[in-house]
Amino acid sequence: MLDIPLQALAAQAFTGLVLGGIFVLMAIGLSLIFGLMTVVNFAHGSFYMLGAYVAFSLMGVTKSFWAALVLAPLVVGALGFLVERFLIRRLYGRSPDDPLLLTFGLSLAMVEGAKLVWGKIGLTVDPPRQLAAAVNLGFMNFPVYRLFVIAVTAAVLVSLWLFLEKTSVGLVIRAGSRDALMVRALGVDLNRIWLLVFGIGIAMAGLAGVLAGPMRGVYAEMGVEIIIDSFVIVVVGGMGSLAGAIVAGLVMGEIVSLTTFFAPRLAELIIFIVMAIVLLVRPSGLFGEAGLAE
Amino acid sequence: MISAALRPVTSWVAAHPVASFVVFFAAFPFLVPYQSLATQVLIFGLFALGFNLLYGYTGLLSFGHAAYYGLGAYGTGIALAKLKLTSLWLALGIGLAAAVIGGAVIGFFCLRRRGIYFAMLTLAFAQMLYFVAFHAADLTGGDDGLRGIPLLPLGLFGASVSLRTPLAFYFFAYAFVVLAVAALRRILDSPFGAVLQAIRENSDRAVACGYDINRIKLLSFVFSALFTGLAGALDALRLTVVPVDSLYWTTSGQVVIMTLLGGAGTFFGPFVGAATFLILADRLSLFIEAWPLVIGVIFMAFVLFLPRGIWGTLAAPGVER
Amino acid sequence: MHRRQFLTTATAGASILVFPAVLRAQSKDPVRIGFPLPLTGTFAAIAADMQRGAQLAMEELNAKGGVMGRKVDVMFRDDELKPAVGAQRTKELIENQKVDFVVGGLAAHVQMAINEQTKAAGRLYISVSQSDEISAKPDTSPLTFHEALNPTITSRTIATFGTKELGKKWWIVYADYAFGKQNTAVFAAIAPKLGATLLGSTPYPLGKPEFSAHLPKIQAAKPDVIYAVTPGADNVPFLKQAISFGLKKEAKIIVPLHFLDYVKEGGAEVWQDIFGATHFCHELAETLPQAKRYVEAYTKKFNRPPDAYSGYGYSGIMEVARGVELAKSTDSNTVANALRKNREYDHYKGKQWWRACDNKSFQDLWILKVRSPQQVKGEWGFFDVVGKVAANEELDRTCAEKGLA
Repeated sequence: MLDIPLQALAAQAFTGLVLGGIFVLMAIGLSLIFGLMTVVNFAHGSFYMLGAYVAFSLMGVTKSFWAALVLAPLVVGALGFLVERFLIRRLYGRSPDDPLLLTFGLSLAMVEGAKLVWGKIGLTVDPPRQLAAAVNLGFMNFPVYRLFVIAVTAAVLVSLWLFLEKTSVGLVIRAGSRDALMVRALGVDLNRIWLLVFGIGIAMAGLAGVLAGPMRGVYAEMGVEIIIDSFVIVVVGGMGSLAGAIVAGLVMGEIVSLTTFFAPRLAELIIFIVMAIVLLVRPSGLFGEAGLAE
Repeated sequence: MISAALRPVTSWVAAHPVASFVVFFAAFPFLVPYQSLATQVLIFGLFALGFNLLYGYTGLLSFGHAAYYGLGAYGTGIALAKLKLTSLWLALGIGLAAAVIGGAVIGFFCLRRRGIYFAMLTLAFAQMLYFVAFHAADLTGGDDGLRGIPLLPLGLFGASVSLRTPLAFYFFAYAFVVLAVAALRRILDSPFGAVLQAIRENSDRAVACGYDINRIKLLSFVFSALFTGLAGALDALRLTVVPVDSLYWTTSGQVVIMTLLGGAGTFFGPFVGAATFLILADRLSLFIEAWPLVIGVIFMAFVLFLPRGIWGTLAAPGVER
Repeated sequence: MHRRQFLTTATAGASILVFPAVLRAQSKDPVRIGFPLPLTGTFAAIAADMQRGAQLAMEELNAKGGVMGRKVDVMFRDDELKPAVGAQRTKELIENQKVDFVVGGLAAHVQMAINEQTKAAGRLYISVSQSDEISAKPDTSPLTFHEALNPTITSRTIATFGTKELGKKWWIVYADYAFGKQNTAVFAAIAPKLGATLLGSTPYPLGKPEFSAHLPKIQAAKPDVIYAVTPGADNVPFLKQAISFGLKKEAKIIVPLHFLDYVKEGGAEVWQDIFGATHFCHELAETLPQAKRYVEAYTKKFNRPPDAYSGYGYSGIMEVARGVELAKSTDSNTVANALRKNREYDHYKGKQWWRACDNKSFQDLWILKVRSPQQVKGEWGFFDVVGKVAANEELDRTCAEKGLA
């Protein structure tokens, strides 16, 4: 009988990693977009939702989860390109609140739009057969699909790190998020970089949605619930800091999971409490830089 | 073009804000399809007015204004439903007190930070209040909402005035909102009001001029909470129920939309925005099932093309804000 | 004919000729019924079903000439599943559209907000979804009628059937909000009386269906039955997780309410062998003539069979009509009294009646079990009816317990 709390604890810690993975994918996109473009993207959750729906449709057409996994984020990212190019770009140079407000309106429209296209009832997406079983980890049975989510998140993070650290485009992005004015002064066309960054960020949100679909179901309101959590995590990590987004995402995922287990009533509240404490102690979040968001 | 044509009207309105308000809103219930819609516009206009004091005039974007609306609503509601008080005035007073205290406490913590961090802190506190109200079901009714709020008659100079007809309730709310509007005008016209706007324009410079901007920001926060709390208290009486999503972030989001639609930092923007949003929502939902899509698109169009909002665009710059 | 008689008749005849407009207006003025429901939001699919039931009722009534010779006009409004919006739409219906009655509301908190407005305006309100509070103090009123089930009835029914047929050792997984908590509390109270044991219960935040950490603990407790109060979009994730942990083979799973649309969407593979209660399913057409008539009429009009909540919409409108015909009036108080005096009715699936002290409707319930994929009949035949719990006032709280006389 004594094993059970340990077993359950370990299970919940693993689940925390899965949740953390989704959080990280969302937070990185949001943080990148904010750090480089000072845009608070309220529609991030809606792109997450769109990723899940698009994956559903692609699976219907291609009959392959793997194809959907690769293509859906690309489709959503392409949509992100369009949004940046034709909507958000018009707002540069204006009040920093304007992109926030625009994306807020966009999120309202996208939720209804999704229902018009895919219907009002939530959809069911099944993971592929290869991932549908549960694996015996010794101390518990853990669904393979969740391990897969952790693995994909890790792979994406590694690729992103390589991209940012080892490529010249990555260098420009890193430089631009520190000092956009300077990079412009050096003659770099930031518009194209911003387009790319926005697209990547949105694609990551879409990927998070594709991964979450088989676990949580696909429904139009799924983005509304995750957007606030994502903001909180980005703020805790420090807006504009990728390391912060990763650390905060994983840590928050664990905190939420463990709280759900020990004190379910507090589970939805805990991220706000943590954020309030972090912000009051470290003004710009864990890894953030002062002055970036003020 | 339009604003030029309306210039005589908008200048007169700008020069006599409180009088214009009194006159227009006295006629308002007869201009809209039904009277409760007018009351809803009035109360949410007041909610937006409170928000606008902090955002439009002081330059502080709060994502958690639902907190003060909710505190006002629950304060008044609990006073009547649970404490079974017999005075409507006292119940309103308790709701206001709850909102003001909440504003003071939350403002004290949130104002330690600026920009987006400030906004997120306000959101965090509002969400905390939401979850407390959700689970403290014995006090607040939990997710079923606070019910059993009696709409007591108003004790006025010895007489007992029933508020049960839509028109009677409208003018009851109207009286309070007029007082709030007049109070806001006084605040804005005072030296305090001038400093607020100085802070919005350039807070470092305001500091350099020797103002204690932290104290002033907190005072603005508290006034904002007061107006917002009054809106909540009135709404609790209007609906005789306080739903728990009064405290949820989507309620805060709605008031931001209304203020932006009308024109942030303008005197009438909040009411114009509230009227536009609520009347649109009321009528659109009759024809189009996907009407939130339409509202979202309209809102985006406003941000893109009319960032100063309806009233902000009509009452051209240079005219008194 | 006597001269007096002739004069009276002639005068009457003449007045009809002179005031045709008045008479025409009176007889043409429709009986208006407001119907707020969440056409947008997470339960939009259920609301759509409820709306179809109400539309069918309106059509059938008007085909027969309406009510008291007047057309019936049901005016639907979207309440977005939000109490404040529901309240505002109800005000609009009452003040702007001058509705005589209100039927509607899906979800307890919205119904109660609607009820506050109808009470204030003196309109009869028939609420049509789950709520324990609406038929009790302080919410209820002589004008508040509750057509649907509530958590007390639902969970006592589940307990009555389940402890007898499925097993004695139970575990409850429930969403941590009013509906989940109430169902759990009701079950916990009645289980000992039925010789059953509640081994434990697991709350979780509504909308966040993550059960992997809890499932091992539940498995170790070895319950016979798991009562999954995991509504809406949480159902399928719960079932999938339970399946992947092997839990479905070890215990029977029962949900409070079965919905055809959800089962169809989730698929028989996930849903097979899951038990649940309902007040109506289209399979009842095989055994009940009223249900057959209703199902055929609905299917013909909408090209699909009805789900459970369509019956609420249908019955709610029909009851208003019946009340108006009995009372020969559209005055809400008169109609309410008429319904209380003539309590029994049967519109689509069997006898129902109003309890006079709390205006609560009592009706037969059935227990369903989802068929395996091979056994599913056609596109919509997912359920086997495995039990019936007849209408019984003891399934609900007594009026005294509700704070009423």
